[in-house]
Amino acid sequence: MSLLAVRDVSKRFGGVKALAGVSFAVDKGDLLGIIGPNGAGKTTLLNCISGLARPDAGDILWEEASISRVAPYRIARMGIGRTFQIVRPFPSMTVRENTAMGALFGRPRGRLQPVAAMREADEVLDLVGLAEKRHYPVLRLTVPDRKRLEVARALAMRPRLLLLDEVMAGLNQVEVEQALAMVRRVRDSGVTIVLIEHVMKVIVGVCNRVLVLNFGKTLVEGPPAEVLNDPRVIEAYLGERYARGQKTNGEHQPTANA
Amino acid sequence: MPDGPSLLHVSKLSAGFGMTPVLFDVDLELWPGELVALIGANGAGKSTLLGALSGLVRVFNGFVRFSSRSITALRPEMVVASGLVHVPQGRRLFGTMTVERNLLLGAYRRHDREVRDDLQRILTYFPALGDKLDREAATLSGGEQQMVAIGRGLMGRPKLLMIDEPSLGLAPKVVDRVMEIVKAINQDGTAVLLVEQDVVLALEIADRGYVLENGRIVMRGPAADLRRDPAVRKAYLGV
Repeated sequence: MSLLAVRDVSKRFGGVKALAGVSFAVDKGDLLGIIGPNGAGKTTLLNCISGLARPDAGDILWEEASISRVAPYRIARMGIGRTFQIVRPFPSMTVRENTAMGALFGRPRGRLQPVAAMREADEVLDLVGLAEKRHYPVLRLTVPDRKRLEVARALAMRPRLLLLDEVMAGLNQVEVEQALAMVRRVRDSGVTIVLIEHVMKVIVGVCNRVLVLNFGKTLVEGPPAEVLNDPRVIEAYLGERYARGQKTNGEHQPTANA
Repeated sequence: MPDGPSLLHVSKLSAGFGMTPVLFDVDLELWPGELVALIGANGAGKSTLLGALSGLVRVFNGFVRFSSRSITALRPEMVVASGLVHVPQGRRLFGTMTVERNLLLGAYRRHDREVRDDLQRILTYFPALGDKLDREAATLSGGEQQMVAIGRGLMGRPKLLMIDEPSLGLAPKVVDRVMEIVKAINQDGTAVLLVEQDVVLALEIADRGYVLENGRIVMRGPAADLRRDPAVRKAYLGV
């Protein structure tokens, strides 16, 4: 049984067909990467799964039950947590208080007491590497730390499936390595993950499967090494420079004389 | 370093928010026609520096000279009029306005008769935008929006274009395309100060680079040297 099954989902915004019949499944323990050109429908897909957008056609099953018409807060409480590309923490609260929000309002059965929620927040902050900054006002956080906080808030709901929308955008290579370590810790704690990323180091570094979206449809799906060498993916998404880097260095890194 | 008088001369600049300084004693110089990369970790102060040059961030100390006149703490619109134009991080387009309106807003300060001609000329850098001029900017893909943001900057007829993280959130192939355009704009004579997280890419297309750490310039030099520098490689490439 798949944890999550997306079946032939379509979504239209005005004249634009954002999703045109996408199907895939996520099994427990998967770390699925979703890549594809800007405008291919990646975020719309996450929005459909988390209930922010309602598919026009097709269905989304969570543990075999349809969730395509379920409200977002209920989906969150059923065990699907997510982050957003544009982080919006509560500016007047500390890192710990922001994180505790997930624990306070995102749990399946009733609310936690504030003290318990704070304790949960501390555990999660440890996992994402923000423990030492838990008393910071969020405005003091740098961009990579704000992304960590976004992950922490989602994790505080104790999701079984975590959807990450470009949490590595705007990070340099060293910061990406640190963020990758965080994703691995989250995965090792037993959370199934679906992530959207344009950073190929992430896709190669942690994903066991990759789905490539193009014009709202699946272009290719498979293991990262296979997918990233697929001529169709190079043509539509990666471009020649990436392909050349692959050939000369075995990975997307500076050229040999650099 | 190139000969002749510099286009931009930043000296001992300190700047920040409220009472909190973010930049300390920053010295930076850039010559006409150069493409200079400004690199550094998140939080190092790169965007703050661009903001300080643009008049968006408070300058505490030091001076900024551009085209041989002081623009220190000048109002943003006056900075633009002097030929120093800022393409902000995250594009910052007016989403409900058309692509054409967004581009024309870059010429807001201009009252000459060549604005329309410039629009046509600028579209040659971005052929993909040609048939999308009447689309709402928000409906464009991320790469197209970045092109509009750069195009809007060019409509101000800059001598120096400051571009903040043009690759943010873009697909690899589109990043290459945007960088080719930045390079082409530079080769046509516009100086560029480029802030970019993709350090490999930035130092590949730049002539020179500056490294900013905790609000201070800690390294400067030809891009090729920085690319080889072990400290840069360790700090920003993780190799």
